[in-house]
Amino acid sequence: MIAAISKGDFQAASETFRRTVPFPGIISRVCDHPCESVCKRREVGDPIAIRALERSALAYAVPKEIRSPSIPKKDRRIAVIGAGLSGLTAAHDLARKGYSVTVFEAMDKLGGSLWHLPEDALPRSVMSDDFDALKRLSIEVRFGAPIDMSQPPHDLQQDFDAVYVATGRTPRQSGGEEASQPYFIEVDAATFETGRPGVFAGGSAVYRTEHHSPITSMSHGRRAAISIDRFLQKVSLRASRENEGSYETRLFTSTEGAQSMPRVPMTDLARGYSSDESQQEAARCLQCECMECVKVCEYLAHYKGYPKKYVRQIYNNLSIVMGQRHGNKFINSCSLCGLCKEVCPESLHMGEVCTAARKIMVDQGKMPPSAHEFALRDMDFSNSDAATLACHEPGMTSSDYLFFPGCQLSGTFPGHAKRAYEYLRNRLEGGVGLMLRCCGAPADWAGRVETFSQVLGSFRAQWRYMGSPSLILACSSCYAVFKSHLPEARLVSLWEIFDQRGLPQVDPMPGQGLLAIHDPCTSRHEEGMQESVRNIVKKLGLEIAELPLSRDKTECCGFGGLMYFANRELAEKVIERRIHGTTAELLAYCAVCCCHFGSMGKPTRHLLELIFGEATVGNAPARPPDYSERRENRVRLKNALLRELWSDQVSEPTELNPMTLNISDEIRELMARRMILVEDVRHVIQWAESTGAKLLHKKTGRFLAHFRPGTVTYWVEYSADEDGFTVHNAYSHRMEILEDSKT
Amino acid sequence: MSQRVDISEASEWTCSKCCKALEAGSVEVAYMGSKYPVELPRCPACGIVFIPEQLALGKMAQIEQLLEDK
Repeated sequence: MIAAISKGDFQAASETFRRTVPFPGIISRVCDHPCESVCKRREVGDPIAIRALERSALAYAVPKEIRSPSIPKKDRRIAVIGAGLSGLTAAHDLARKGYSVTVFEAMDKLGGSLWHLPEDALPRSVMSDDFDALKRLSIEVRFGAPIDMSQPPHDLQQDFDAVYVATGRTPRQSGGEEASQPYFIEVDAATFETGRPGVFAGGSAVYRTEHHSPITSMSHGRRAAISIDRFLQKVSLRASRENEGSYETRLFTSTEGAQSMPRVPMTDLARGYSSDESQQEAARCLQCECMECVKVCEYLAHYKGYPKKYVRQIYNNLSIVMGQRHGNKFINSCSLCGLCKEVCPESLHMGEVCTAARKIMVDQGKMPPSAHEFALRDMDFSNSDAATLACHEPGMTSSDYLFFPGCQLSGTFPGHAKRAYEYLRNRLEGGVGLMLRCCGAPADWAGRVETFSQVLGSFRAQWRYMGSPSLILACSSCYAVFKSHLPEARLVSLWEIFDQRGLPQVDPMPGQGLLAIHDPCTSRHEEGMQESVRNIVKKLGLEIAELPLSRDKTECCGFGGLMYFANRELAEKVIERRIHGTTAELLAYCAVCCCHFGSMGKPTRHLLELIFGEATVGNAPARPPDYSERRENRVRLKNALLRELWSDQVSEPTELNPMTLNISDEIRELMARRMILVEDVRHVIQWAESTGAKLLHKKTGRFLAHFRPGTVTYWVEYSADEDGFTVHNAYSHRMEILEDSKT
Repeated sequence: MSQRVDISEASEWTCSKCCKALEAGSVEVAYMGSKYPVELPRCPACGIVFIPEQLALGKMAQIEQLLEDK
């Protein structure tokens, strides 16, 4: 209502108000507004003048009859004793539910104690207008019919199925005289039942305070009507009634940043606010809402809603049997980073909701294949023979430790992974084994329970075979995966070892500079890891600029939860948001975070680059490797280590390049964006060249060919060179062309 | 998928193996268990089709998305 007034839409405001209360004219004049004492605006100014705004809503709208739908009549009869606000509210609500209601009133008019109010506080015309609405309902009023409350209403219970006693504090006796003694009825505070079944009571007759509150009387009438309806339907009177009447809200509303504003003064006290004044006063309303998570999360903001709405949408999406599941992309776009939970007063974790939803989608066979397939294929590659390795330290037959650099570090910074392993072998006793593979995080994030369990199972078997050594992890995602799913393992972060065992002596040291530390989202609760990283940076002589959101409130780089694969556009917005959080260069200690920020033009250092003196603050970072290069790096790393440390006769990874492909940086970037690997392009050209199945461009002489090695059809435009082929374009689709269907 | 391919672009390509100009013809495409007939430029002899970049990244991608969310 207030939001509508602030926009000058008095009509909508009036309709909202009328729908909410049975006697809007009266309450907008007499309400004792207990809500003002808890109005959030009090923290930054005066509470909102709600009663005055209710009056304005009615005053500046065209009166319109709100038609209530015709309800089938019920054959149960209800007696209401007393035609004050409480009794009439109950009568109104029950009649609207189809019950036949008879109101017994000692006086010859409706309104009860409202008649004590002076005319200027409550014009009689306002009362009669509001009470006119009752005439359209099935309510019989017996005036001059006092019920002697000193006698229990036996007779009434014979004629009526339920009774609501709302006589006020000083009920009138026979003859219309008010009782000399205040009168009090004991009722159940939640249901308004008296000791006698079928007899309910409310209004000021049940108040425990002297203060008379019209809105409380009205609320009693409404709540007693709910009890009476439940009583007659023979259902529980108590179930799910926690949030009836006034209650303390769980809604958190921040007043941070809100400017303190006093109440808008009323020029004409008799007339109330003018329409302009009403709008100004309504504009002060904070429109209480908790958007704490939406404020800090690009994903939650992107879909223009908030968790309550999202959770309902997810539930609905999962329940669709036939038809479009419009929520799939939403479910797959969450980074699962958990920042929402950190800032939520109720600790709601949207990532947990989305993870559960993804698992259900996979189970239902409704997970869109395109969402995660590329990442899962990458995981499969990292866990294939070409890239995996598991060895004890050269010359040793057992391992106290096992270094697990993770597939992303191996793919992005293979040289650093190698140097880190050398460092560990030098500093630690008892043997440091090495294992190259992927921890399975992509399958875990994709909701692929079975695949994940297979990946983890293979890892566990290998790890146990090596004697269950302590795991040294460079990647916080691997750390998080093992922490949750391999609780029997002892985990150590590589950074803690650097911190505790000392940094390698390298030349040159990074020197001077300011770095903003980006904690990866999977390190959120790893204080030890975060502290070690900061200690290392200080030891390197660098200055730390903390980001506004860091440590347990850190943001995701757009890769978590496979967001980058399911919703690239959003992931890029996430990256933009993060890199604009600081003017300083970023320091990442996750290879993917480092690549993501770097790919959007933000100078970002990986901690290992600094530790090994391979980069300093201020020099231009190299272009991060694309997906194809990362795969090649993993293979090269494995082969180089085997050759150098274990003296294995490994052939040069030339089999990776059986044909020479010339691919410009521009096309390479295009391919990366389109999730097309060099290997995919090679397959297409191999196929075209061996079968001759290709198109020829009349003018350029270039070829266009397509091939479908699995679930995606790749198209490559290329030309033959002296030394191989030049790639001019590449694109793909998932739809299969049934070329043989009609030849 | 009722989109017709811009034939002017298709006319730039010929089948390298059969040395024939491409002609519009009905081809079936399938995804997520659904099959649709589509008119696509193809070699009248061997049947190799031409799917231009715009079609693959535009209309086809849209339909793939719709079928995946079904």
